[in-house]
Amino acid sequence: MTKPENMMTWKDLEIGSIVTEPGNASQYQTGAWRSQRPIHDFTKCIKCGLCSIFCPEGCIGQNAEGYFEADLFYCKGCGICARECWTRAIKMVEEEE
Amino acid sequence: MADKVGIEVSVAIGDAVKLAKADVVAAYPITPQTHIVEHLAELVASGELDAAYIPVESEHSAMSACLGAAATGARVFTATAGQGLELMHEVVYVASSMQLPMVMAVANRALSSPLSVWGDHSDVMSVRDVGWIQMFVENGQEAVDNVLCAFRIAEDRRVLLPVMVHLDGFHLSHMIEPILFPEQAEVDRFLPPNQYPFPLDTGKPVTMGAFAPPVIYSETKKAQEVNIRASQEAIIECWQEFGDAFGRYYSPVEGYHSEDARVLLLTMGSFSETAMTAIDKMRGDGKSVGLVRLRLWRPFPFKEIRQAVKEAEVLIVVDRALSFGGPGGPVCSEVRSALYGEAKRPKVVSFVGGLGGRDISLDGFETIVTRGMEIAETGSEREFEMFGVRE
Amino acid sequence: MEKYAVYVPRLVTKEEIFAPGHRACIGCGEALAVRLVCKALGRDVIIVNATGCMEIVSSQLPYTSWQVPWIHTLFENTAAVASGIEAALKVMSKKGKKPARDTRVVAFAGDGGTSDIGLQALSGAMERGHDFLYVCFDNEAYMNTGIQRSSSTPFGAATTTSPAGKMSIGQTSWKKNMPAIAVAHNIPYVATACPSYPFDLMAKVARGLATPGPAYIHVLSVCPTGWRCPPDLTIRMGRLAVETGIFPLYEVENGKYWLSIDSSELRPVTDYMKLQGRFRHLSEDVVEEIQRRVKAEYAGLRRKARRRHHEGG
Repeated sequence: MTKPENMMTWKDLEIGSIVTEPGNASQYQTGAWRSQRPIHDFTKCIKCGLCSIFCPEGCIGQNAEGYFEADLFYCKGCGICARECWTRAIKMVEEEE
Repeated sequence: MADKVGIEVSVAIGDAVKLAKADVVAAYPITPQTHIVEHLAELVASGELDAAYIPVESEHSAMSACLGAAATGARVFTATAGQGLELMHEVVYVASSMQLPMVMAVANRALSSPLSVWGDHSDVMSVRDVGWIQMFVENGQEAVDNVLCAFRIAEDRRVLLPVMVHLDGFHLSHMIEPILFPEQAEVDRFLPPNQYPFPLDTGKPVTMGAFAPPVIYSETKKAQEVNIRASQEAIIECWQEFGDAFGRYYSPVEGYHSEDARVLLLTMGSFSETAMTAIDKMRGDGKSVGLVRLRLWRPFPFKEIRQAVKEAEVLIVVDRALSFGGPGGPVCSEVRSALYGEAKRPKVVSFVGGLGGRDISLDGFETIVTRGMEIAETGSEREFEMFGVRE
Repeated sequence: MEKYAVYVPRLVTKEEIFAPGHRACIGCGEALAVRLVCKALGRDVIIVNATGCMEIVSSQLPYTSWQVPWIHTLFENTAAVASGIEAALKVMSKKGKKPARDTRVVAFAGDGGTSDIGLQALSGAMERGHDFLYVCFDNEAYMNTGIQRSSSTPFGAATTTSPAGKMSIGQTSWKKNMPAIAVAHNIPYVATACPSYPFDLMAKVARGLATPGPAYIHVLSVCPTGWRCPPDLTIRMGRLAVETGIFPLYEVENGKYWLSIDSSELRPVTDYMKLQGRFRHLSEDVVEEIQRRVKAEYAGLRRKARRRHHEGG
């Protein structure tokens, strides 16, 4: 885990403030942003993968059965996948807290 | 044992870069640095220097290309002057804050407007706070020696900072001087290969240039300041080892008859040579005068300056740049600030002269000393004196 | 453009070089574009990035979204930094200081960092013939600083520095033709692309990457935040830009133009513009003017271009 920036001292920084852990931004939960979430009707999913291509977050992957599903840790709820899914297997609903 | 060669200093600097086996030169020509970059282009074209020569389309791109090359782990050199240094201004900050080692020769030139291609230190003073290591050379031999030292200092694992080598435009860059070049084998021994620790490399991906929100920006600046301050040790060590290897020793502050002088002059750059001759003459006339030559400008050698001037009664600082509406002579204001807390310190007098290529002669320095002593005695309403201006 | 079977998305690599956890707006077309470009780039690249949306959302100290070597320095010098890296890689592997890998240099910049403040550096790098791929992610304004106009902002679009008002229709100049400027530098490969046509985009990136010398790809990046449209319409918006002829997809290989899609029948520009708040204020006259010019320019492009023929139709 990367030390959070509000706890880093000047000694914790690498030379030139270089970041040496590639992709460590994946620790950041962008899913906390959303106000809508995608819900999936897998009976309609033809496993084409188009939603995973069009997701700006790159957070749609295949579950154990091979159906495409958004990773809610990252999903910002933009609705592109629901809009583009040609079998209408995905629907956006209000996020309830 | 090689002989001294009579050679134009700009060309000699190119040859020093060749001896250092630089990998990448990205530069844009500007008077009075042109002979440096022209000679480097010739060396690359003839195959004598195995380097990539990037004839960029501006100084901003020159320094930017240097950033990229240094980040890749290459040994990088460039040169500029005056307006060119101004055009790359925002980029030079990045070189130091990202800790990318490289060497840049600056043929110090006055700034527009009015346009002046001739020498003074105003370009230097515009980059006081940028965080580069900066040093002055007074003659051709020093120029060659310190270009070699600059590579070693810059790439030192404890330092990893870009280095500027300042030489007076025209007054030094275009002079033909006798210079002793070290042998290639000697340079190879003195200058180890560049081993930048985090190059852009697909084997070990890094992210360079992340942005810093307020919660962490101050920490990055503290780290930067600690690093440049600590670099002085590596600089002094390098100069010591250079001296041991080649017989010529350099240090942050060099005195000339300064130990017992009542009145001291302080200069940076090649005017020191004229000043030294003036000191000889004045001492011959029985005056108790000496010269302090400031070689290391950044990091500023506080300890060495205090040591060098502590016995004097009067210290006359001759600046070749003017801070408008401010303290006048920038070097003088820094020296004053260094001495402020000392219990015993000389009276400090500020002169600004030699602007835009105007020379200060032997007589000129004598006048400065005389007038400086008067001002130390009687005080002055002005923060500083401008020397040699027709009223 | 090639016709693909339904399941071809599954053939695309699952690796995310531009890792999730980045801070782009929801529905960001530019983030999607970067993600898809990176899939075509693979891991053997060094990316140079200009200041802008993509740099900011992906590199907040101490985090990074990048899984390949990546460097950001300033706003307008991307092509110059890329030149330095390219030259250093070449000379260092020639001198045996680096293992001879086939690492490619790729530059990412927005429309501001490309056609305005970054134009000089790009022009210099193209003229000098450096071996690199430059990708311009065009969201049609200086989005990262708050939606100010750029030379890529379309005619009539409202931005914060070209707002619509009694005395102004919004942007009063036509979008600068950056691909044409690249072509004028006689570089071997220039292309336009849009993430709404993902496989076309990825094929072009692969082609640009493989081309020796400078390659330039101009990618339309739909920006729901700046264009004032719903975030789920990003892909649709990109398709409409292409189908109306406003953003034609084509390649220029050694000066020869190839259309990627030949739309002999263009959709009316209003289909595209009416979905975006930035055009809402326009009068019919201005829209007609835009329609005339889009049609004329598209016709001009068709005259210059050939249609690329593929096996299997």
